[in-house]
Amino acid sequence: MKILVCISHVPDTTSKINFTEGDTKFDTNGVQFVINPNDEFGLTRAMWFKEKQGASVDVVNVGGAETEPTLRKALAIGADTAIRVNTPATDGYQVAKELAKVVKDGGYDLVIAGRESIDYNGGMVPGMLAGLLDANFINNCISLEIEGDKAKAVREIDGGKESLSASLPLVIGGQKGLVEESDLRIPNMRGIMQARKKPLNVVEPSESSAKTEAVKFEKPAPKGDVKLVDPDNLDELIDLLHNEAKAI
Amino acid sequence: MSVLAYIESEEGKFKKASYEVASYAKAVADEMGTDLTAVVFNIEDTSELGTYGVNKVLKISNDKLANFNAEAYADALKQAAEKEGSKVVVLSQSANSKYLAPLLSVNLEAGYASNVVALPESTDPFTVKRTAFTNKAFNFTKIATDVKIVGLSKNAFGLKESQGEASVEEFSPNLSDEDFTVNVESVDKATNKVTIADAEIVVSGGRGLKGPENWGMIEEMADILGAATACSKPVSDMGWRPHSEHVGQTGKPVASNLYIAVGISGAIQHLAGINAAKTKVVINNDPEAPFFKAADYGVVGDAFEVVPKLNEKLKEFKEKNA
Ligand SMILES: Cc1cc2nc3c(=O)[nH]c(=O)nc-3n(C[C@H](O)[C@H](O)[C@H](O)COP(=O)(O)OP(=O)(O)OC[C@H]3O[C@@H](n4cnc5c(N)ncnc54)[C@H](O)[C@@H]3O)c2cc1C
Ligand SMILES: Nc1ncnc2c1ncn2[C@@H]1O[C@H](COP(=O)(O)O)[C@@H](O)[C@H]1O
Repeated sequence: MKILVCISHVPDTTSKINFTEGDTKFDTNGVQFVINPNDEFGLTRAMWFKEKQGASVDVVNVGGAETEPTLRKALAIGADTAIRVNTPATDGYQVAKELAKVVKDGGYDLVIAGRESIDYNGGMVPGMLAGLLDANFINNCISLEIEGDKAKAVREIDGGKESLSASLPLVIGGQKGLVEESDLRIPNMRGIMQARKKPLNVVEPSESSAKTEAVKFEKPAPKGDVKLVDPDNLDELIDLLHNEAKAI
Repeated sequence: MSVLAYIESEEGKFKKASYEVASYAKAVADEMGTDLTAVVFNIEDTSELGTYGVNKVLKISNDKLANFNAEAYADALKQAAEKEGSKVVVLSQSANSKYLAPLLSVNLEAGYASNVVALPESTDPFTVKRTAFTNKAFNFTKIATDVKIVGLSKNAFGLKESQGEASVEEFSPNLSDEDFTVNVESVDKATNKVTIADAEIVVSGGRGLKGPENWGMIEEMADILGAATACSKPVSDMGWRPHSEHVGQTGKPVASNLYIAVGISGAIQHLAGINAAKTKVVINNDPEAPFFKAADYGVVGDAFEVVPKLNEKLKEFKEKNA
């Protein structure tokens, strides 16, 4: 089985978010970038398939050279080969188009992407990729088993879960649950050394074009001060919630 | 022309988010000087939709669509949009809508903006405001394609009633076997519980509650308020509560009307996921807890004293206002 794991390169969850150039660009100054958390779960699940069932695992990112340390980290976790499509990611559709070409050229059976990236929160790329490839698609995937060319998956729905079956080729939008938090792989010294020698192939983009454009950003308006209520006067809290906030 | 709204239903009833989708889509249709068409799946009585501004209902009745299926629903919606010549398609951000929207986007070659929180800033060019960086910022996105798809965040617009009646037309999309290659084997869903996605109020507990045995008072508050229960990440990591209750940047997003946080410190990753809630209340014994900077109302006190007292008072309040 050939597995491709899509890796989105995102600001660490503690990052302060600021913008430059008249609020049109994300300010990367002092920001630490990491593998998108949803993709970490997917990558660890892919390593499980590789070790337990025999599979090759490649990772891919659509982005500039600045994303290479993130791809190296994925190699250190255990991926065999990394691919970087050398073009900035502009929107979900453009990224999906570029990824579709990588999937076709590489003949992958299973594509593991994340439910959403924590930067742009598009929640678009995996579904669009599946649509472009005419492959099966399962989103919000919290469990995945593969037997031959048959997949069994569990998807989170609002208020519960749903068990699904589909055959490969398959694209999933994965999240926590694919593996347990405590089983997430962290690169060790040996992995880091090996990763230096693993191939990181840079491929040129195709003619893909974006369908949307992020024109500007805005920070939420600063919030007023918290209103403190004395623990011995909880009637006041109920009054505020009922009459002021109209929340109960 | 026309604006198209995907109206979700569950067990034969419309979901509340669908009325919000209709209200929003109507406002967009008005701005563009056109009508609103709603698409419904396997619903007999659609009369309520007129109240939210729908001019026409396309009724799809098909046993094969009794259960949600992303590909088949996306195909049906594509055909509905083409038949109506729709330029804008509006849907909610439920798990199912988020599943089908990117497929629909490819089907219609339409640009898609997710997590939209306001009416278009302009309809030509078509620019919408959406959340980005997990609620730490907003982003204005221009959709450049002829057909546009808008995913409307919950509680971002509200319900707007209007006078009117919708005409009804039966619609039978052509579905093929290709639409049914992902099959649902079983569904596991608590039927009597409010979900975090649908809830108006969410009551959430953190590590300050010390252990799973202390969640009785949280569940009691949720019961009184008709709320969903949630928790911080360490609480679900330690197995005190199910993973499905984990909210925050790496868990579920919360966009309820009210969010009550008990014994939660208010770490940046937690706040990122709940910032979209309208009113936030924190109960914490440490006045320095960062949550007090993000909350609207706060009580500095011991949860084990405050919550039982508050529950009693909430019960009284509910009885009086029933
Ligand atoms: C990559 C990454 C992603 C993350 N994603 C998330 C996420 O999505 N969601 C999330 O929640 N966290 C997330 N976190 C974790 C986050 O950083 C915090 O560690 C976590 O939110 C803390 O949970 P807590 O507030 O329940 O616990 P604590 O930080 O331990 O806070 C407990 C609070 O309870 C109060 N307390 C103690 N006793 C009482 C009492 N008797 N009465 C009242 N109050 C009391 C304390 O004063 C304290 O403020 C993430 C972290 C990382 C690194
Ligand atoms: N630039 C990118 N390169 C590779 N994969 C990506 C990229 N952007 C998004 N993805 C994948 O698509 C998932 C969802 O991203 P998004 O649609 O941006 O929310 C991510 O978790 C990744 O798996």
